[in-house]
Order: sequence, then structure tokens, then C-alpha cells
Amino acid sequence: MRHLIAIRLAVALGALCATSRAGVLPDDRADALFHRYEGGGIQIQGPSILLRKKLGDSVSLSYNYYVDSITGRVDTVTGASVDAVSGASEYQEHRTQHGITADLLHGKTTYSAGYIGSQENDYDAKTGYLSVSQDMFGDLTTISFGYTYGKDTVGQRGNPDFAEPVTRRNWQVGVTQVLTRKLLLGANFETSESEGFLNNPYRKVRYLDAGEARGYGTQLERYPHTRTGNAGSLQLKYYLPWRAALDGSYRLYSDTWGIIAHTGRLAYVQPAFRRWTFEGRARYYTQDHADFYSDLFPYQNAFNFLGRDRELATFTSVSLGATATWEFPVNRVSFLQKGTLNLSWDRLRISYDDYRDLRTIAVTPGSEPFYTLDADILQFFISVWY
Amino acid sequence: MTMPRTRSTRTWLALMLATATLPLTGCGSIEPWVKPYEREHLADPIMSFAPNPVSSSYLDHVLESREGARGATGSVGGGCGCN
Repeated sequence: MRHLIAIRLAVALGALCATSRAGVLPDDRADALFHRYEGGGIQIQGPSILLRKKLGDSVSLSYNYYVDSITGRVDTVTGASVDAVSGASEYQEHRTQHGITADLLHGKTTYSAGYIGSQENDYDAKTGYLSVSQDMFGDLTTISFGYTYGKDTVGQRGNPDFAEPVTRRNWQVGVTQVLTRKLLLGANFETSESEGFLNNPYRKVRYLDAGEARGYGTQLERYPHTRTGNAGSLQLKYYLPWRAALDGSYRLYSDTWGIIAHTGRLAYVQPAFRRWTFEGRARYYTQDHADFYSDLFPYQNAFNFLGRDRELATFTSVSLGATATWEFPVNRVSFLQKGTLNLSWDRLRISYDDYRDLRTIAVTPGSEPFYTLDADILQFFISVWY
Repeated sequence: MTMPRTRSTRTWLALMLATATLPLTGCGSIEPWVKPYEREHLADPIMSFAPNPVSSSYLDHVLESREGARGATGSVGGGCGCN
């Protein structure tokens, strides 16, 4: 929990479900991935293993094992995770996650169910998932519905009596549509509801206080106990005449905390040299701050709800990335159909418009420079199909 | 425990349902305009929306854990202590 910006834990089910298509079961494959994130004063790394296997013609099972090992620094004044602030304390965390999914194919309909369990020293999450997908119109259209239910327990290190619940519900609907012989459309809508202890038990907000030497005091943040968000996205993928693909997408998000966000993404995929495939991508994201967010409140307990999480601030995020894939020969291994080695790198920059960098000691609180996060995201993985 | 639902949520749910069921109307009268033998390009692995689900899900969640927006990425997430 204390890692604040650690990787969202539910990688597993997303990975397990992302390949689901109605009418066809996902390929039998195994992926072994090593991931590393470094930026903002923290390093997160670990493995992710995905195994998928069909049982007969109508059932497919998959399992995912995922680990985050986190090393970082946290500001002892505000609880914020920032790089090497004076007075920062170093911490280490370890999180383990297991996920399973079963897909059942019946005619042109695929039914899926899954479960994820995630544990770390101060956060426990259990998530269940159900979905159904249907092919129609000569397999030009695939429609899917999904429902997710999660039950979490928030803990606090050093306080064994602290155990606050969080309940999560998500509804998803998706459509994949063949538009032309070279053009695919994907559309997704998702509504999410969360209820319970939604803030971080360690992080503090700051407020003006002339009695303090640095000009501001701190108090624990306080969030609303409910949050409802709606997201809608459109994605187009086009096959170019020289065997390459262009991928563009847009997403609009809004929620009851006042956040409105826009996401745009563009990617280009180019096979080359018989066994290689290269992908380049760019992503742009921008959001307005939550209604109860402030970098510096005017006084203690200024409002009912108080937040200084930079995830809730106004900012722009830009990332550039590339992936190189090499398909290695598998003809000496009789049970393998295909194998790839993949190296992926993304560079992320987040520029905040109302979150200030407290490493600069300002004469007047609120005049510090705005914070900028730079991060590198590295992935190396091997995939085999059998 | 019953979760409180806003009017906005109900509207979105209704919209999602309506959008998803719209193509069901008049099923029998629609002829596939891209025949199976014309889908060679669409079947190419480079046209997959998620050719490497482990990788794309990981990247999605790295980004989402630093941003306020979430969802509608085509994959499903669970809970975490990353707030």
C-alpha cells in the first residue's frame, strides 16, 4: 500500500481475458515476462508467468503468477512517494498475485470466469470475474459483456487493528467489428463503482500554518467513501498495403470525483527481415484534478474531503515506446508451433500543473516548482505456442 | 451491502446495454459484407488488438496506477493498494 504508485495489481486477469474471442478459444501458449519500472524514486520489478491450455475442443484454462518487488523512498513529511526528498525514508515491499481463468466455448458463444488473489503486507485483494462473448453476422461482429466484483482489505503497517474494507464492481461491454477487408473497429464501455476506504492510510495533505518553520502543517488525507467512473473508448486498426498495421485509439473518462480525462494512442507495427517484428507507439493523456484535490489547503480541515495524491492532480502524461520481436526457430522441438523473444521499452513523462516539488524549499509555501516524473518501463519476455 | 448508484451510473448502464444489443435487431437481414475468403489481412497476427496480452496488460496497469482514469481498455483489472 505504501508504495503509492506501484503497479496496479490486477495484471493477471487482464492478461488472461484480453485474448478472449467468441467462437474461437485462445491459443495454447506460455509467456514468461520480466518487468522493471524505474522512476520517481522507486524501482518495481518482478516476473509474470502466463500458461494457457485447452482441454478438449471447448474448454481452455489459464493461470497467471505475478510478482512486484518494490524499492523506493517516501517523504516522511507528507507520505508522498517522491525521488530522494530530504528526510525521505527507504522502504521495500513485495506483492504476489495468482490468477486463474476458465473459458467455455459453446457454438459461437464463449463463457469465461476468473479469479485473482493478491497479497502484500498491508493490502489484500480478491477479485472475481464473469463474461460472455458472442460472434454474429457471419463472424463480422463480436459482442462481449463482463462483470467484475472485488473485495479488498486495507491494512496499515505498525497498526494490526487497522483493517478497512473496499468493495469494487465493474461492468464492461465491448464490440469488435470488421469494417472492411483491412479495417477493424473496437469499442469498449466500462462503468466502475468503488466503496469503502479509498484513500491511502499513510499519505498526508499540507495546509498553510504560519506556526510551522516550513510554513505549512500536514494532516492525513480524507477521501469520499464512494466513487463511480465511466469510460468509453474507440480503437481502429488498419492493414497497410506493404504488410504493416496502424493502430489508433481514443478514450474518454469521467467520474464522480470530478476527474475528466482524455487518452489518445497511436501505434505502428512493421514486420521485417523474415523473423522480426517492430512496433513503435506514442500515447498522450491529460486530466483535470479531482474536486477535493489541492497541493496546499488554506488551513487545517479546510474541507470535508482532502486529497494530495498526484494521481488526482491536473497533469499531462506522454509516453513513447518500442517493441522488438524475434521469432526463433522451433523445428527441433516437436511440440512447439512457434516461439518469440521480445524486448520492450517505454519512456514516460508526467508534467503536473498543480502538484509541487517539495524538494525545493520555498520561502513561501505554494511557490515551489511543479513536479515532473520521468520513468523508464522495461519488459523482456519469451512466448511459446504449443 | 447495496452499493449506492447515481443517475449517471444507471444512464451509462442503459447506454451500454442499448449499444450492445443494437446489432441484434434484424439479424436475419444482414449479409456479411466481408466474406470469409476476404479476411486474409485481418487474420494476420499484426492485426491483433492484443498480440501479447501479458505485456499490454502490464503496461496498461503501470499507466493507470499513475492516472485518475481507468477502464475501457478491453482487459479486466482487480484491486490493488496503489492509491
